[in-house]
Amino acid sequence: MGRKLLLEHINVPGINTFDVYRSKGGYAAVEKALKTLTPDEVVEEVKKSGLRGRGGAGFPTGMKWSFLAKPEGVPRYLVCNADESEPGTFKDRYLMTHIPHLLIEGMIIASFALGAKTSYIYVRGEMMPQIRILEKAIAEAKNAGFLGKNILGTGYDLELYVQPGGGAYICGEETALIESLEGKRGNPRIKPPFPAIAGLYGCPTVVNNVESIAATVPIIRDGGDEYAKIGIGRSTGTKLISASGNLNKPGVYEIELGVPVEEFIYSDEYCGGIANGKRLKAVVAGGSSVPILPANLILKTINNESRLMSYESLSDGGFATGSMMGSGGFIAFDEDQCIVRNTWNFARFYHHESCGQCSPCREGTGWMEKVLHRLEHGHGKLSDMDLLVDVSKKIEGNTICPLGDAAAWPVASAIRHFRDEFEWHVTNPTEAVSRNYGLSHYADPLSKPEEVA
Amino acid sequence: MVKVTIDGISIDVEPGTSILNAARQIGGDIVPPAMCYYSKLEGSGGKCRTCLVKVSKGSEKDPRPMPKLVASCRTTVMDGMEVQNITSPEVIEARKGVVEMLLINHPLDCPICDQAGECHLQDLGFDHGAAKTRYEFDRRTFERIDIGDKIQLHMNRCILCYRCVFTADQITDQRVHGVLNRGDHAEISTYIHKAVDNDFSGNVIDVCPVGALTDKTFRFKNRVWFTKPVEAHRNCEHEKCNGKVTLWYKGEDVLRVTARKDQYGEVEEFICNTCRFDKKKTSDWVIEGPRKVSNQSVISSNHYETLHPLPVVKTNPVLQEANKEQFERETRL
Repeated sequence: MGRKLLLEHINVPGINTFDVYRSKGGYAAVEKALKTLTPDEVVEEVKKSGLRGRGGAGFPTGMKWSFLAKPEGVPRYLVCNADESEPGTFKDRYLMTHIPHLLIEGMIIASFALGAKTSYIYVRGEMMPQIRILEKAIAEAKNAGFLGKNILGTGYDLELYVQPGGGAYICGEETALIESLEGKRGNPRIKPPFPAIAGLYGCPTVVNNVESIAATVPIIRDGGDEYAKIGIGRSTGTKLISASGNLNKPGVYEIELGVPVEEFIYSDEYCGGIANGKRLKAVVAGGSSVPILPANLILKTINNESRLMSYESLSDGGFATGSMMGSGGFIAFDEDQCIVRNTWNFARFYHHESCGQCSPCREGTGWMEKVLHRLEHGHGKLSDMDLLVDVSKKIEGNTICPLGDAAAWPVASAIRHFRDEFEWHVTNPTEAVSRNYGLSHYADPLSKPEEVA
Repeated sequence: MVKVTIDGISIDVEPGTSILNAARQIGGDIVPPAMCYYSKLEGSGGKCRTCLVKVSKGSEKDPRPMPKLVASCRTTVMDGMEVQNITSPEVIEARKGVVEMLLINHPLDCPICDQAGECHLQDLGFDHGAAKTRYEFDRRTFERIDIGDKIQLHMNRCILCYRCVFTADQITDQRVHGVLNRGDHAEISTYIHKAVDNDFSGNVIDVCPVGALTDKTFRFKNRVWFTKPVEAHRNCEHEKCNGKVTLWYKGEDVLRVTARKDQYGEVEEFICNTCRFDKKKTSDWVIEGPRKVSNQSVISSNHYETLHPLPVVKTNPVLQEANKEQFERETRL
């Protein structure tokens, strides 16, 4: 049984209320931070913990905090990115729905560490119930003296606001989020300057994912060293994984980083295997934007080692044979799923969500979607696969924000690993619209890589 | 002063200069093309991605190369920075990709477009574009909109450079147009067809790099390369306008009035709508002399033909054989 840090008390009735949360040891970390530690010591604790950003990029949180510029007389802001809209990821919504005070507590600690007097939680527009839950939780915390003026008599003031977004995926990009929070069109800004220098209203700003902020609570409560003991290598602590797809028990799981992927999929503690007794065909390991991997490559790395749920192990092999941890949106596909259709579906999403600011992403996402649509419906050509790879290369790395990369990777990786299936869609167009390609060799054991003389 | 090396040519520039402006100070072939950057407009640039360059050495202090290609218009130079533009195959490849992306939904209606001959997208397509498109779907289309009685918006041709948005923000009193929607259905538009009516609104025509915003008083009157540009000025009553313009003559008639543009197509001074739309008689103006036109430009040659004919005239091999003699005669210079 893995250790639970964030979801330890998730099944306690009434944990979403202040009183129950407090009786389970909640807000002890705030007391500890505000009364016994200085802001720099809090940052140091988070650095020691090795916590890496849980929103997708995996940048060390403590490092990000220490980059924050601290000029005199200029306010600093902490913004919590709760604009979770990556297909396959739903951990932040789960956390905010069931245990909102964990986020509030984390926000107080993080704001204190950064010296922010005003902090925002930017919640995606569709999550109206979660917005109400958070506002209720903030009111409760304020009532108990954990927010507002002179928190716990320490002289630290903090106002916390919840801001609903308009429901655009692009507003999950930190600079687009800041633009949107300022009341403008949610277009990503051109970096540099980075938000740590000039972010919200031109002031130094830190934008963190919900889970990263919540994870500061156990870090401060138990100490950074204690947190760093969990996990493997540079992937420390626990991570929420949103498991979905053809699994027996889909849902949000808190895992200790370093659990083997095989155990995560098949053990009864986690997903409980593939539903309906089918076989696994492919996995998207970290939300729709990371490369998709066939069953054999997700369970074992190319060197035939067991693949683990950690930042390093999932990206082992680079883009040729690896994937990424991403935001932890774990989507499993069984043998009855069509990879072409799924790739088209992802491309359609990115086409719809591209902000249209820079040309490669605006035009390229639509182009890829149209070609994939054609392939899926049996009108494709054999040259389409090379075309898609080429278009995705033209987008990747040439855009303002990472949405271009996120749109390019799933398409490029699907063609890299499932080219046979794409070609089958072209060569058997009538069959392709009535039945699926099936498992083929995608779960076969990997052949040993040839020695290069 | 900081030293920057672009394609092996070094120059000392003021700190805070962008790579693009440093390249412009050097001049010549190594200047990256820019579709959305406009030096007179604050905050412009970074969107079209045609000016991507490779930074092979970050600076003297931190010599690491930058991991990705960067937009040269929005990246400031550092001391000792080394930049590759036309010497990097990676940059040329990426730029080709961007040009292809810009053209897949462009109507390619140059033969009937008033911007032809002074269109940046046309130049860019000529320099970097492929002869054929790989895009096999319907192009995105919009209705033409008259925004006010002087300007027509032809959204099909727009590349969403945001220049006209910045112009309206920074030059005119108030902005009534902007970008609506998102992704590839984003469009420049006015809210509920509101007219753009402002003393300086005509400048959006000058800043538009393509034929999306055109002058209705000039529409379909003539081809740019048949007209003769002449520098002129008048005593303009408008306090913000100094009345320095370029008149475009065809015979005796002034067909249109624009602001004076430099070699990168950027205006020297913005002009008011009275000068642009209402003063179309020679007697309104004091003529300074003919405008110097680059001999690279089609305007100077008065016609639109390439020096080198396209290598393939017919794809049918039989016809090709039959026309070989004629082809060779025509391709001989």
